[in-house]
Amino acid sequence: MINFQYLRTTSAKSALALLLKDKNSKFIAGGTNLIDLMKRGVTSPEKLIDINHVPLKQIELVGNKIIIGALASNTAVAENSLIKEKLPLLAMALNAGASAQLRNVATVGGNMMQRTRCGYFYDTEMPCNKRVPGSGCAAVGGFNRMHAIFGTSDKCIAVHPSDMCVALVALDAVVVVANQKGERKILFKDFHRLAGDTPQLDNNLKTDEMIIRLEIPANNLGKNSNYLKVRDRASYAFALVSVAVGLEISNGKISDVRLAMGGVAHKPWRLTEAEDFLKGKDASIENFEQASKLAMKGAKGFGENDFKLQMAPNTIIEALTVAKSKA
Amino acid sequence: MENRFINDENDRVDGVYKVTGKAKYFAEYELPGLTYGVLVTSTVTKGKITALDTKAAEKAPGVIAVLSHLNKPSAPAYEQEGGPAMKIFYTDKIFFNGQPIAIVVANTFERATYAASLVKASYAKEEFNTDFEKAISDAKAKKLQGQPDYKRGIENAYKTAEVQIEAKYHLPIETHNPMELHGIIADWRPNNQVTVYAKTQGVKATQGTIANVFKIPIENIQVNSEFVGGGFGMALRTWPAEIAAVMASKHISKPVKLVITRMQMFTMVGNRPAAVQTIGLGASKDGKLTGITHRAFGETSAYENFTEGVVNMAKFMYQCENVNTQYTVVPLDLGVPIWMRGPGEATGAFALESAIDEMAHALDMDPLEFRIKNDPEKDQQRNKPFSDKNIKEAYRVGAQKIGWSERKNKPGSLVDGQWKYGYGVSIGVFNANRGRASAKGILKADGTLVLQSATSDIGPGTGTGMTLIASKLLNIPVENIKFELGDSSLPPAPSQGGSATLSTVGSAVNDVCLSLKSTIAELAANSNMDATSNFVDVLKKNNLPSIEVTKQSQGGKERDEYSMYSFSIHFVKVKVHSLTGVVKVDKIVSIGDSGTIVSPKTARSQMVGGAVGGVGMALHEEAVIDHRYGRYINNNFADYHVPVNADIPEIEVHFINKPDPHINPMGAKGMGEIALIGFSAAVANAVFNATGKRIRSLPITPDKVLAG
Repeated sequence: MINFQYLRTTSAKSALALLLKDKNSKFIAGGTNLIDLMKRGVTSPEKLIDINHVPLKQIELVGNKIIIGALASNTAVAENSLIKEKLPLLAMALNAGASAQLRNVATVGGNMMQRTRCGYFYDTEMPCNKRVPGSGCAAVGGFNRMHAIFGTSDKCIAVHPSDMCVALVALDAVVVVANQKGERKILFKDFHRLAGDTPQLDNNLKTDEMIIRLEIPANNLGKNSNYLKVRDRASYAFALVSVAVGLEISNGKISDVRLAMGGVAHKPWRLTEAEDFLKGKDASIENFEQASKLAMKGAKGFGENDFKLQMAPNTIIEALTVAKSKA
Repeated sequence: MENRFINDENDRVDGVYKVTGKAKYFAEYELPGLTYGVLVTSTVTKGKITALDTKAAEKAPGVIAVLSHLNKPSAPAYEQEGGPAMKIFYTDKIFFNGQPIAIVVANTFERATYAASLVKASYAKEEFNTDFEKAISDAKAKKLQGQPDYKRGIENAYKTAEVQIEAKYHLPIETHNPMELHGIIADWRPNNQVTVYAKTQGVKATQGTIANVFKIPIENIQVNSEFVGGGFGMALRTWPAEIAAVMASKHISKPVKLVITRMQMFTMVGNRPAAVQTIGLGASKDGKLTGITHRAFGETSAYENFTEGVVNMAKFMYQCENVNTQYTVVPLDLGVPIWMRGPGEATGAFALESAIDEMAHALDMDPLEFRIKNDPEKDQQRNKPFSDKNIKEAYRVGAQKIGWSERKNKPGSLVDGQWKYGYGVSIGVFNANRGRASAKGILKADGTLVLQSATSDIGPGTGTGMTLIASKLLNIPVENIKFELGDSSLPPAPSQGGSATLSTVGSAVNDVCLSLKSTIAELAANSNMDATSNFVDVLKKNNLPSIEVTKQSQGGKERDEYSMYSFSIHFVKVKVHSLTGVVKVDKIVSIGDSGTIVSPKTARSQMVGGAVGGVGMALHEEAVIDHRYGRYINNNFADYHVPVNADIPEIEVHFINKPDPHINPMGAKGMGEIALIGFSAAVANAVFNATGKRIRSLPITPDKVLAG
């Protein structure tokens, strides 16, 4: 059998110390993705460090920031009254992901760290640059219906599967990570990476670091926010395309706006150009359509996912329209 | 004929067992010394195994044996010439990707799994094709006749009709994938005595297959399969993987348990074959069908042929003088398909019932009215009257329940914001079978009745139905009756498939009960008791602890005189989002016209399950193969979609519930297949009615709706 060592720790400090001791070790929290990866032979850590008992489950308002511990469960965040009041977009995105059972055990940090669901990544008989760098990308020219249209490289066209992360990038979240020397902050938009020439790297977390918490600035986008996920079935399916929207409307004009997409890139995809266009303009269907066009600049299909070039702008328009209509 | 069963609302007799975990499925049996088998599968699609390195696996902890074509574990039938092409462990040929090539047996499942990962195969690869659509258009690709061509009247008459349509319909591979994984526990003991715990739709079939392969007497083999966690057709044969486990048990003289993985469920236990179908319809301007042409291509495997009744329905379902059909199968380098719920007809009905809707639209007629106008008075294919058919009543009831009067004939008429609403209808039909079965009844002086037959219950409620038949005939409370099944030593019955169990086994139970009743009456008369005396009193008076009888039952000449079918009508209301292409099924009404309903609750369950399966077929299910590699890409439950609860709206089920006067003593016809057959077309027709977009390729995913 492929044996591994299982350790349990109760503090971030000891977790980081254990992580350093052995190169081939991994943190495990909910395990909703890692266990699958181990069963499929995609990854075989020699040591699993269970961090479920590290006290990082807080959800609180500190000053004008909402703080969410890395080990808060997806359900705990989605059901939290502070989140529902201040960051309904985050609650909506979380509830659009996975199933109730998975959300109950999956954590915020784990959600960020989950790997792509590209079928070629999971089949160890297939080429995959993310799994075995240099082996090729079978999704290019293969089954790529679920794959990326933005920021792709010839090495990898996989997408990041998270819904939560799409909301977090829209909400200007900050990721606080730590190593043994101390903490550092990463803007959420810089946490995940594009595939480029190193598709094996999903994000910028260093091998000696762990995610501690998220800091999310309070905003006035709550009322007119919306997470719209288009998928092949009503639940327990990854996004074909998803859109996170937050609007602040004063006197009919858009005073603040956040737009991000999921299911379209190797990372949660913030639509800055479309946001800049909408700021200060009327919340009108014409402007939404124009914004959706700007959002699609640089998009490229790979055959089976060409439909996303139409579905994505449509979904942006619908998500904006629904967000605006919320009273 | 009076319906004796109407208004019964009896619970499923084994329901409590199933929901409390008392029901024991094959994999849950613990035998002393049990060992665990794990299959090694080919990673290439076609060719030969040139080397198989099993050394590391053999040395791994806990490993008892590694069996493959290298050591050819004893299976006498495979040692002879002839027989199937794919004799497991007796061939070095690779016929499909994921083919079992070795079994590793160890003292724990985990150790066997690990050791299996250490077996390394080398192959001489050959060119292959798994691409069905490519093979159809390739003139050089091998093709076989799947069924003799059929012609009534003029061939391709639709081409000269006043109104014509011709359209092509595509169905991908679907997999059965019941919740319960497939497998077997085999226990080969001295003197060639074999006991197996199997997941099977036919204990006698499993017994027969093992007897044939290992050349031992049938009596030596005991097959147990009391509970089955879903089959949908995939457990209608004993697969090579199961033979491998029996071989292993024989080889090591220990019981071996094999449970295949979810991924293996996609490759080695069959599937609903992909199909490409062309339908041509011709009609007069006033809406009478004048020509039906149904041409179908179905997928099969290169090493073993599989055909099904894809083009049957076109021959009799509508009044039409000119009908011709053609069914061609295309061998591919994939595992052999097998019947999947509503086999053949579910595939054919998607095409035919979509085409009927297209024709109604071309005629600017209500599709319901068009169907009623072309409803046949008799079976024109066999030139016989239908034994029982109440389609017009079913249309009326269903139309009322779905709110058909709200429907507009012009597509895209019902709009609410970005959502467009539409209604669709379709017919399902399946041969109402009755085979031959035996049953035994033991009526006891303690007031109980035990009934026995070697049938199976894969979920439809067979035990419940049989219990209710006996309860009515003998006036014994349900709780005092036990129906025993899933045991090969019981009186023989056919496999559970083709919607025939209630008709076939139910008739035997009926005969057993009538015989017991007359024996009691005789005993009563002989002991000067009133003819209406309770059987307990009669048995006691006669000092009899019990009486028993075994009866074999089968149909007679009625099948020569009548054409016997079960029918269903499916009504579906959908809403379709204009911008995202998402289809939501809003309401379902399914009407069953299958004779007497013996067990209303479990019958309703069947129809509900069929509707859910139908939503899956229409909107979700598609097994995807990367044809460059011949490997399945979405071989897990996250990526191979079946409906979740959130996809399923209110499902209303209604039964016509009129006895078929000819088929069997109960007047009851099967309904497992009709619950699904036609359903996908009702959804496609509703999507058309909502949007004006005709999706001819299943599943109807949001991208197709946007593109359509």
